[in-house]
Amino acid sequence: LREQELPRSRGTGAAGVRTGVAMIRFILIQNRAGKTRLAKWYMQFDDDEKQKLIEEVHAVVTVRDAKHTNFVEFRNFKIIYRRYAGLYFCICVDVNDNNLAYLEAIHNFVEVLNEYFHNVCELDLVFNFYKVYTVVDEMFLAGEIRETSQTKVLKQLLMLQSL
Amino acid sequence: MVVPSLKLQDLIEEIRGAKTQAQEREVIQKECAHIRASFRDGDPLHRHRQLAKLLYVHMLGYPAHFGQMECLKLITSPRFTDKRVGYLGAMLLLDERQDAHLLITNSIKNDLSQGIQAVQGLALCTLSTVGSAEMCRDLATEVEKLLLQPGPYVRKKAVLTAVHIIRKVPELSNIFLPPCAQLLHERHHGVLLGTITLITELCERSPAALKHFRKVVPQLVQILWTLVTTGYSTEHSISGVSDPFLQVQILRLLRILGRNHEESSETMNDLLAQVATNTDTSRNAGNAVLFETVLTIMDIRSVAGLRVLAVNILGRFLLNSDKNIRYVALTSLLRVVQSDHSAVQRHRPTVVECLREPDASLSRRALELSLALVNSSNVRAMTQELQSFLESCPPDLRADCASGILLAAERFAPTKRWHIDTILRVLTMAGTHVRDDAVANLTQLIGGAQELHAYSVRRLYSALAEDISQQPLVQVAAWCIGEYGDLLLEGSCEETEPLQVEEEEVLALLEKVLQSHMSLPATRGYALTALMKLSTRLRGDNNRIRQVVSVYGSCLDVELQQRAVEYNALFQKYDHMRAAILEKMPLVERGGTQDEEAKESKEAQHSEAALVPTEPQASKLLDLLDLLDGTSGAAQPPPPLEPSSEGTSVHLLDLPCVSSAPASIPNLKVFEREGLQLNLSFVRPPGTPALLLIMVTAINTSEADVTHFVCQAAVPKSFQLQLQAPSGDTVPAQGGLPVTQLLRILNPKKAPLRLKLRLTYNHFGQSVQEIFEVNNLPVETWQ
Repeated sequence: LREQELPRSRGTGAAGVRTGVAMIRFILIQNRAGKTRLAKWYMQFDDDEKQKLIEEVHAVVTVRDAKHTNFVEFRNFKIIYRRYAGLYFCICVDVNDNNLAYLEAIHNFVEVLNEYFHNVCELDLVFNFYKVYTVVDEMFLAGEIRETSQTKVLKQLLMLQSL
Repeated sequence: MVVPSLKLQDLIEEIRGAKTQAQEREVIQKECAHIRASFRDGDPLHRHRQLAKLLYVHMLGYPAHFGQMECLKLITSPRFTDKRVGYLGAMLLLDERQDAHLLITNSIKNDLSQGIQAVQGLALCTLSTVGSAEMCRDLATEVEKLLLQPGPYVRKKAVLTAVHIIRKVPELSNIFLPPCAQLLHERHHGVLLGTITLITELCERSPAALKHFRKVVPQLVQILWTLVTTGYSTEHSISGVSDPFLQVQILRLLRILGRNHEESSETMNDLLAQVATNTDTSRNAGNAVLFETVLTIMDIRSVAGLRVLAVNILGRFLLNSDKNIRYVALTSLLRVVQSDHSAVQRHRPTVVECLREPDASLSRRALELSLALVNSSNVRAMTQELQSFLESCPPDLRADCASGILLAAERFAPTKRWHIDTILRVLTMAGTHVRDDAVANLTQLIGGAQELHAYSVRRLYSALAEDISQQPLVQVAAWCIGEYGDLLLEGSCEETEPLQVEEEEVLALLEKVLQSHMSLPATRGYALTALMKLSTRLRGDNNRIRQVVSVYGSCLDVELQQRAVEYNALFQKYDHMRAAILEKMPLVERGGTQDEEAKESKEAQHSEAALVPTEPQASKLLDLLDLLDGTSGAAQPPPPLEPSSEGTSVHLLDLPCVSSAPASIPNLKVFEREGLQLNLSFVRPPGTPALLLIMVTAINTSEADVTHFVCQAAVPKSFQLQLQAPSGDTVPAQGGLPVTQLLRILNPKKAPLRLKLRLTYNHFGQSVQEIFEVNNLPVETWQ
């Protein structure tokens, strides 16, 4: 016999956001050496907590190679990551989220960056970091996927750029 | 002379040009000083450039909080470039815990109400990232107004900002409920996506919203249907699948709406079947949608055929070459293996294949799943596979694998001999990783299988002769040799090859174990006692044994020393009692935490012990084990023990972990129908005040058997309930062996206990289902 299904407990996690809520917690782009090229937080953390998280994610993700899956369990969340050349794109989500969908989201995001910067490389992201934030904000908002059409996002970015 | 400030690009180049960490820090500190001076001077033209530089420095990890007020100034400026950097700075530098962020509330309000889309977009973005509860409350109405504006650019940002607001301040959800219906008619994917997310969030927060939105299930089904069959717009298609993100979101919402709701689930059935069969699975996008579909099917009240389809899809995933997909398949199969066992069984061979994955997370899940799939028909094949896995598996999985095999063997062993063989093999391969009670279990098992004594002792002897390093194996072997040494020396046993063993060899082996530095103190104890027992079993004189025993009389280890001294005494003063004391041990009752060790030491120490009056202890023993109701017939009487050991083993069984003096709560008869009775008995273990153990006993006094008996229980939300596996699902007729099941209820709040039971079974050729609430629960169960 299986155990009776209890209603999911609605506790409050850190900083007043429900644990178990399916949302993106943060998005990180790091290079192999551990330098952060982009950090977008959708949950409240202290500065030193943020630093610790960045270091931990780096440690966990860089030891994995091609024979590992793209999903890692991390504290009580899950990290979905993909490596493009020397950069790791990591999205931290809840354990109940759909891994494959977020993997697609990462790829979508990278393709937009590629179009926007015309064959993007790491230096582009470094020198134009504020533009990268704009791209992130066009595609993700409040911890959710916002716009999925690449053409639309690019159109909007060009419009913003002209202002 | 005013030094012209560096452009952002130049600063970045300078920082990157720094060769060492110290150099970089120098450059940055110099620049920060410039920036600070410039902020003080209040130069409006270049402020945004300064802040941009500061933000870059902040990204590298340097402190930048002195820029916070500048962000505010930039946000209020009319120029767009200023605003952009200002808002970015606000998102990066400000957070809820500082008061500065409240100051931007007003600016955000102004920006939201003036008509320029880009500015509104920025403001919404910032609100949704760093908006605290107070800010959200102030600005909620503004956001709501923007929800229904004509331009989709602002609308989709507004919708997701609404999601954030609801997350922070759940009470505001009723503001955002009405617009949702209209927003669902959107054709713009971005807005639609946001709306679905908003509705999902609303439904998860409040059951009233959930009920309200159940009405839109047909509409959602329609949207998804159109998406799948015709495709809304080509610009949203990813690898041939039209807007997989939207599909996944809709499926997720459908899952929440359909959970535990028959009507909605029915509406969705066709659609889910369609999506499941028609999605293109060659690329990841299609698989993502398929995976979400499977999860939805599993969660709602779907028809059985659909569930089987879902499990088959997962099985197909397992064969996929992409290991990500195998990973998600294994995880999901684990979740459904309990409820759809037979469907998952079909994929057993594939699961076993996955054991060989190089990635540890995959092989771990495959192991868990394989263990869950073992049943009585495939147990031999499965243990074979699992054992070969045990040989080659990574060390962190060894313990789990070993204990898993042992558990499976215990539950499904076809014959005792096979069981003993399996445990033996596991102990040889991974002896150090098994759980502590494996030794006790094995000795008890061997003790109980009278016909296999000779066989076991031979196998153990040969195993021991090969390798004395695996401690559990050595312990069991030593015990066996001690008990059945005479059978070992007899020389003939039809189940293994004849093994000629000399007495001296046996003694030599035991001495080797005693002296080896690899042996734990516990193992040494076993070996010493075994030697002692052999003194009565072997035919030769006992000089060698006596020698060893007297040597150990001065051993440094206190435990060994005590044993040796007592054994010495046995040889000298109490020689006449030696034979009786060292007789073969009777079968031990399995109950509570039996420790072989403790039993043996007690047995040795008892030589002076007065014979305790066994009757009262035995009845107390009966009370402890008698969690069954009185009508169930006698609990097994304690086996005919010889006087001394009987006293000690009853002492021993006084130690069990559950309770030494159960609080006596009266039993309760809760159900009777056509001869089938259900009784509840309660135990409140004194150590854990919040815990209540209920033993449900089903007895059948009618003429026909009750089959497929399933009992489920439900308790109010503040309780935690755990049902353990029942003893069986057939209650034999005419008062035969009752079916028992243990419920564990945790009641930390000491709330009044309410219990609802649901029974389903077949009786007299009819299937019966009964649901009832248990009344008259005694007060002591929850106070």
